[in-house]
Amino acid sequence: MNRPGFFLALVRAAVLSIVAALVIVPLIATFLGGFKSVGELRASPFGLPPVWRVETYTEILGGSVFWGYIQNSLIISFSAVFLTLMLASMAAYIFAQIRFFGSKYIQAYLLLGLMFPFATAIVPLFLQIRDFGLLDNPLGVILPQTAFSMAFAIVLLRSFFQQLPKELFEAAYVDGCGYIGFFFRFTLPLSTPILATVGTFVFVQSWNNYLLPLVVINDSAGYTWPLGIMRYRGEFMVEWNRILAFVSLTILPALIFFTFTQKYIVAGLTRGSVKG
Amino acid sequence: MTTMTGSRPMLSPAARIARMHKQGKLMALLLFLPPALVLFTLFVIWPIFNAANLSFFKWSGYGAIDNFIGTQNYQRLARHSVFHQSLWNSLKLILASLFIQIPLALTLALLIYKKTSANTAFRLIFFAPYILAEIASGVIWSFIFDGDFGVSGQIAAALGIDPFYILADRQFAFLAIITVVVWKYFGYHMMIFIAALQAVPEDLLEAAEIDGAGRWQKVFYVKLPLIMHAIKLSAFFAIVGALQVFDIIIPLTNGGPSNSTHSIVSYLYTYGLAQLNVGYGAAVGVILFILCMVTAFSYRRLAMGKGGAL
Repeated sequence: MNRPGFFLALVRAAVLSIVAALVIVPLIATFLGGFKSVGELRASPFGLPPVWRVETYTEILGGSVFWGYIQNSLIISFSAVFLTLMLASMAAYIFAQIRFFGSKYIQAYLLLGLMFPFATAIVPLFLQIRDFGLLDNPLGVILPQTAFSMAFAIVLLRSFFQQLPKELFEAAYVDGCGYIGFFFRFTLPLSTPILATVGTFVFVQSWNNYLLPLVVINDSAGYTWPLGIMRYRGEFMVEWNRILAFVSLTILPALIFFTFTQKYIVAGLTRGSVKG
Repeated sequence: MTTMTGSRPMLSPAARIARMHKQGKLMALLLFLPPALVLFTLFVIWPIFNAANLSFFKWSGYGAIDNFIGTQNYQRLARHSVFHQSLWNSLKLILASLFIQIPLALTLALLIYKKTSANTAFRLIFFAPYILAEIASGVIWSFIFDGDFGVSGQIAAALGIDPFYILADRQFAFLAIITVVVWKYFGYHMMIFIAALQAVPEDLLEAAEIDGAGRWQKVFYVKLPLIMHAIKLSAFFAIVGALQVFDIIIPLTNGGPSNSTHSIVSYLYTYGLAQLNVGYGAAVGVILFILCMVTAFSYRRLAMGKGGAL
């Protein structure tokens, strides 16, 4: 390697390491913080704990509050994923498979959903959920989340369904397989990669969502984990070791999940951005 | 299925429906399409229309909606200094996203877009904050910024000065929020750029090399022009994202000190929803909606030139 090449490689390594450190250090400090006492945390927020105290972690894991939040979040996220995949793939299948009058308009209508976020309509959305009697009900979070994922999910699914070989349908149709049967027997099983992509994406969004549960769920028994973190923080104020342990325990499953589903998340992101 | 429906435009609507029924299409259509449409209409479209309507009323959310006050909600917004501050803060977030976050993401993408195992590891690390919930990120960083514990506490202790509470400081609190936003989302933009860079045909780069293009020339004359669509798209996402920032602000400053760090959405939440000023909150929502639409349409015009993506 020539001299400027070597120099550039050095700069490159330095830049990458610094940015990586800026990302990782806060996360590591959070994990380690849960093992320290408040005094130790104050003395050395970023260093290794002098003694590894597991009490803070075990206390949280031993209580029912933490598991309650996780359970609520799991129920909501999995339901949102399931409903989104089901409704969106059915609609996307129609758009991909059947030509009918108005198809274009309906698709354009659904695409409106890509343009604006939750927040623009959060006040009337709250009223709507209240009028349906869905406050303090997981459905009050699940249904709007599903509705807001619909546009994105349909776009990705439709373009995938359109790429499935047409001959397959024709052959099945001749053999007496109807449109609905074909969807369940062929389209869905052949589409697992895109279903995984959309599903993972919806899951992450639902799992991390704060505004909607904040508005819909008042009773702390129904809290999702982001609401739980905020409540826990309000309770323990300056006992940062407890708060950091709590945060660590909630983000750990997400980080593990992410390491395994990375490829789907990235696929969803880039597909969404290329095809959008 | 083009082969089956073909082009028979002469049929009457009734005959067309009859034919669809015979082919078994009608049933599929009636079973498969309505659920998505109904849900979408009820929870996305209707609330947004309703926001536009409610923004002309003064209403506490209960009883009849009969107190029509015209544009008074909008006039109040136009006069409220906290709302001005929240608009200004959103603009700061947009500028930081465009001129700090995107260049950072682009630089990193250029450094690690090639598929090697070290690059994959870096990619994984840089993308991790995007997966973390905003709330968790906000809580973690409020620890780091805490004057008694985190970085500033350490620096103050080392210098032997009084601890400095960044998040309680009118001048620096929003800067801290911008830092967290960049930390959280740069990896997302980097991923968009990486995907685009990986799609740049290798032979084009080789051709440029044969023509004597150096390292930088390849970046500026081949790679960047070829991923321009991704850069525009990323800018669009950055702006719409910056307009929506909420979850990060709540754990960091909750809009304080003295209401100086509100975003549009945290303003909407604090002054509209939390106090059940339904009309007022709806008016903020309408303004946010208009800002998003303007962004979307300007993006379209900008991107259309080269076969836009959205």
